[in-house]
Amino acid sequence: MQPENPEVLREIYWRENRRWMLILGAIWFLVSLGCGVLWVEPLNQFQLGGFKLGFWFAQQGAIYVFILLIFVYARLMARLEKRLGLEEPEA
Amino acid sequence: MTLTETTYWVVGASFALYILIAIRSRAGTTQEFYVAGKGIHPVANGMATAADWMSAASFISMAGLIGLSYNGYGGSVFLMGWTGGYVLLAMLIAPYLRKYGKFTVPEFIGDRYYSDTARVVAVVCLIICSVTYVIGQMKGIGVAFSRFLETDYETGLFSGMVIVFFYAVLGGMKGITYTQIAQFCVLIFAYTVPAIFISLQLTGQPIPQLGLGSTLADGTYLLQKLDQTLLDLGFQEYTTSVRGSTLNMAAFTASLMIGTAGLPHVIIRFFTVPTVSAARTSAGWALVFIAILYTTAPAVAAMARLNILQTLQPEPGQHLAIEERPEWFRNWERTGLLGIEDKNRDGLIQYSADPETNELVKLDNDILVLANPEIAKLPHWVIALVAAGGLAAALSTAAGLLLAISSAISHDLMKRTWMPDISERQELMASRLAMAAAVLGAGYLGLNPPGFAAGTVALAFGLAASSLFPALFLGIFSKRVTREGAVLGMLAGLGVTLTYVFQHKGIMFIPGTQFLGDLPPNWFFGIEPNAFGVVGALVNFAVTLGVTRITQPPPVEVQQLVEEIRVPVSSGHL
Repeated sequence: MQPENPEVLREIYWRENRRWMLILGAIWFLVSLGCGVLWVEPLNQFQLGGFKLGFWFAQQGAIYVFILLIFVYARLMARLEKRLGLEEPEA
Repeated sequence: MTLTETTYWVVGASFALYILIAIRSRAGTTQEFYVAGKGIHPVANGMATAADWMSAASFISMAGLIGLSYNGYGGSVFLMGWTGGYVLLAMLIAPYLRKYGKFTVPEFIGDRYYSDTARVVAVVCLIICSVTYVIGQMKGIGVAFSRFLETDYETGLFSGMVIVFFYAVLGGMKGITYTQIAQFCVLIFAYTVPAIFISLQLTGQPIPQLGLGSTLADGTYLLQKLDQTLLDLGFQEYTTSVRGSTLNMAAFTASLMIGTAGLPHVIIRFFTVPTVSAARTSAGWALVFIAILYTTAPAVAAMARLNILQTLQPEPGQHLAIEERPEWFRNWERTGLLGIEDKNRDGLIQYSADPETNELVKLDNDILVLANPEIAKLPHWVIALVAAGGLAAALSTAAGLLLAISSAISHDLMKRTWMPDISERQELMASRLAMAAAVLGAGYLGLNPPGFAAGTVALAFGLAASSLFPALFLGIFSKRVTREGAVLGMLAGLGVTLTYVFQHKGIMFIPGTQFLGDLPPNWFFGIEPNAFGVVGALVNFAVTLGVTRITQPPPVEVQQLVEEIRVPVSSGHL
């Protein structure tokens, strides 16, 4: 990659950051307020073992997805920082 | 050894551990006192955050709230709300405030909104949220002592205060962090062991999260059995009973999520890690450790509820005779958490949804966790462990809240607002004094709980959601938002939420002063007062953005500050 103006790199960083936030934030909304609250009745027509599916999202599934979302976000941002040369020095 | 003696040993050992840690981690500088020298490993901080976060209410009351008061599915608002906030924290708040790199949440608001007024308003919001929250912890300490160690409430509260005083005043954030890690280990062990046993007994599955979806000895699914049993008794089905309406559940969940991401005592935990990326992963670890309890709680809720139902009614139509009720039942009647009244004088306990004929007249939420080990006939040491775990949960949350309160006083009010000339050593002394005062103040409120104490933990979330979260979020994501906008927005959000709660629950929760009844028909679109934080937050956003449009943009230095905190490495401009 061409060495770029640090100002431009910082702008790219912030734009990419917001893009990932929107995508991951949409998933966050879908699994909790979506599957767990708004669409819980249709989802409850399906079974997951002994769970009604909507109930499972509300009391188990959403929480597991939240954990994944944070680690995926942390990983994506670390990769982005490496790509743009914006990593922090080790403290 | 009797149960009480065992409990004294287990609780005593845990307290000795906390004191040992306190002595070994004294704070020597303000940086150590406020942010533990910014040297905490992200996994360690995750554990400390989990203990900071999980309060007496999470440990003792939440399973009961889900399983009894909210009858199953309705209780999902707590599970999703109190975990989903961490996604917001990890993406929207924690990394940028860690980059900002100073000591407190009001300090950021003061700097970003270039205004002492904004800082003081943030301090006021912080103190309202944290004090309401800390009263619940102090009560939890007193209650846990009196139930398990058979001391009186005051002695219990006083013992708890001495312990917190010791490590919080000596060690500040540094002492609190290491004791919280120890407290996390105690509380998570104490919560999961009884859950594993009860899951094994009911379903043969050792992992409670899977046991909840497994079959009972008779081959029917546990949840199906629970649904059917409750329907037979005239209750709503466990897996589908909605709290209020779908809109109310969505608003409640959203309020708790947003509130979580705006609570200062949680946010400042992320100031203690070495880097911005460590703040992100640390939020992930915090949620892992929190999820161990939060995914176990719904299993405990359903299993303990079923256990109680099957004790009272072993087969449909067959009722437990009062004379034959088990030992644990009698024990918990003495504490007032269980109560029976033989209304039809047939010597049997008829439990039903109909208040006219129901004879289990008192069934406290806390019983699901507290009596669980006895119902499952577990050994004494497990019961003692539950006592130590409940105390660990209350102490660790109290300490985190007290640090947020005392640093707001010694750093934001004294150092940054009233007497900027004090030296580092004077400020460290001031922070210890502020901590001592905060512990004593919290103890006083625990001894003389104001009438409104019961309903206030949920209120703390509503206030954090409607006042602090929007100011923090907009301060990071907009360079244009002005001090006038932020200050008026915070006040409007706080005002709307407080007004809504007070109009239904009474001014300062004093009975009789509510001017609209606390009944669903009077609620705004059917949203209950505890769920109103999200509406307050929307008002805050609207006012802030509206006022920003008609005020002068922030000075260039402030816009540069925003640029700076967005990216992990410094640009060299500041």
